[in-house]
Amino acid sequence: MRFSRLLAGGIAFLACHAALAQTPSYTGVGRAPTKEEIQSMDISAGPDGKGLPAGQGTAKEGAPIFAAKCAVCHGANAEGAKIGPRLTGGQAEIDSLKTMQPVRTVGGYWPYATSVWDYINRAMPRGNAGTLTPNEVYALTAFILSKSNIVKEDDVMDAKTLPKVQMPNRNGFVPPRYQDVVDEHKRGCKQGVCP
Amino acid sequence: MNPRESNRRNFLKNGAALAGLAMGTAASALPAAAESAPDIDELHKYGERSHLVKSVRIGSINNPERRLKDEPVAFGLKSPLQDQAGMITPSSLHFIVSHGYEPPDIDPQEHRFLIHGMVDRPLIFTVDELKRLPSVSRFHFIECHGNSSPGGPGGPERKSVAATPQDTHGFTSCSLWTGVPLSLLLKEAGVQKGATWITAEGSDASKHSKSIPIGKALDDALVAYGMNGEPIRPEQGFPLRLVTPGWQGINNVKWLHRIQVVDEPYMAMMETSRYPSVKLDGKSRWFEFELGPKSVITRPSGGQRLPAQGYYEISGLAWSGGGAIRRVEISADGGKTWKDAQLHDPIAKKAHTRFTAPWNWNGEEAVLQSRCTDDQGTVQPTVAEVAKLWGADVDYLRKTSAIVGDFNAIQPWKVNRDGSVQNAIF
Repeated sequence: MRFSRLLAGGIAFLACHAALAQTPSYTGVGRAPTKEEIQSMDISAGPDGKGLPAGQGTAKEGAPIFAAKCAVCHGANAEGAKIGPRLTGGQAEIDSLKTMQPVRTVGGYWPYATSVWDYINRAMPRGNAGTLTPNEVYALTAFILSKSNIVKEDDVMDAKTLPKVQMPNRNGFVPPRYQDVVDEHKRGCKQGVCP
Repeated sequence: MNPRESNRRNFLKNGAALAGLAMGTAASALPAAAESAPDIDELHKYGERSHLVKSVRIGSINNPERRLKDEPVAFGLKSPLQDQAGMITPSSLHFIVSHGYEPPDIDPQEHRFLIHGMVDRPLIFTVDELKRLPSVSRFHFIECHGNSSPGGPGGPERKSVAATPQDTHGFTSCSLWTGVPLSLLLKEAGVQKGATWITAEGSDASKHSKSIPIGKALDDALVAYGMNGEPIRPEQGFPLRLVTPGWQGINNVKWLHRIQVVDEPYMAMMETSRYPSVKLDGKSRWFEFELGPKSVITRPSGGQRLPAQGYYEISGLAWSGGGAIRRVEISADGGKTWKDAQLHDPIAKKAHTRFTAPWNWNGEEAVLQSRCTDDQGTVQPTVAEVAKLWGADVDYLRKTSAIVGDFNAIQPWKVNRDGSVQNAIF
């Protein structure tokens, strides 16, 4: 009787201890967010398409949106203007990277097409970020990529096709695979070595 | 009228009212003073420095002439290192690099901080809740990776013979940061197997996003709410800033409102298009993080003039992303001979460290420079050694228009016979 009570207590203690290990240590501080709260803040899109929402768009559809909302800063053909930088580029810009005046543009430098979607979606248009629909962002991304001849005017950009777009300077980064960034503390070129 | 001018005017007004009282004209002066001036006690509730102290940040705000080539409006303000005492940067003089956006006006009561993604328990916190958790206070510098770069938008002023330490090295600052270790918050949330990176996001107009390896997040990163004994200032991230000690400034996400635990870098705009270092072979090194050891003599320094021969204390700052500063050496003869400088407490990891050394100027030409070593044994390089790392020659560093990231070469100051001091980097 006494033994079994002890045993029961011991089991209860162990169970309690196991539960403690899996629950937060600081009770009552912070709470679980609702699904809606996470969805409203979770805007990031990764290079393999993680986080890209449903929707689609083509360069053709993007042209009038660009003219209405982007051209004022970036120029009619995304060639750049006083406020907004140039977005187009190709081999000439990639070649410029070996000179003392490297030019970095979306078309001629950025390694991932998903970054274009992600940045337009989070930051553009300047002063009105967050007002574009997913379809509009896909269409604008397609428009910008088409101006650098990376996609065709009728190519449909969506969560499946966009991550597959091969950017011209994709192989211009060291190490080529981010997985090979193994020791981040040694990335800063020191002691005569650039790891 | 900006708030600073407003305060000064009130000060003058109240000063006049006080003068009136002192002259015994209270009866006539009081009603007028009461009408136009606030309560005299208000003046002392929030302190201001002497109106005779003029040291300010310099840089370009909304100045199209000085915008980055590929950026709409550059917003960069350098800290006046030559005027600072000790190792703390006053919060009001902490350097600012924004990317064309004004700081958001955030109500801390409304602000929320979300941790989600590859975690067992997504969590959302108010700022007050974060303040209930175990906190730490640590000295850390924050430095822009482009600080002291000979190329880039600030290149010409950095290379000018008339450059001051503010011109050459003003994109670094050091503060006492108070907050909750990110590792504690991530343990609360329960990081899942396979998680290798986090993305940290600010709530500014461009929702700045930065990918950071999980190792750093679980090591010494802080979710900070305090800076030098007060809430973080709006231009530095109020109410929350991610502090990633020793890593390039871009990782220290201001106005932090979300951390997502993920299994790959998310290739956000800044980390893929602006911050990789373009080397002469056309290849870009991306995801460079840790800043190497760097030091600069702040007195005597460029732009100053020694009034006469005799004793001067050489004083400066040294710091490293690799750890604490272990040693600083000083040369007054252009690098022929070196002597150890004295390091002043506090000597903290990944923080500015103040050093000093005695020096007698004999009236002859001299070249002053400092060279630091961190507790990993890494020594601050010469310009020639930095050039070698870039696979280039010194001429490339002198002429390139590209930002030379993490440029931590030894900084020489030349003292001329007339006592003037000038930049002698090249």
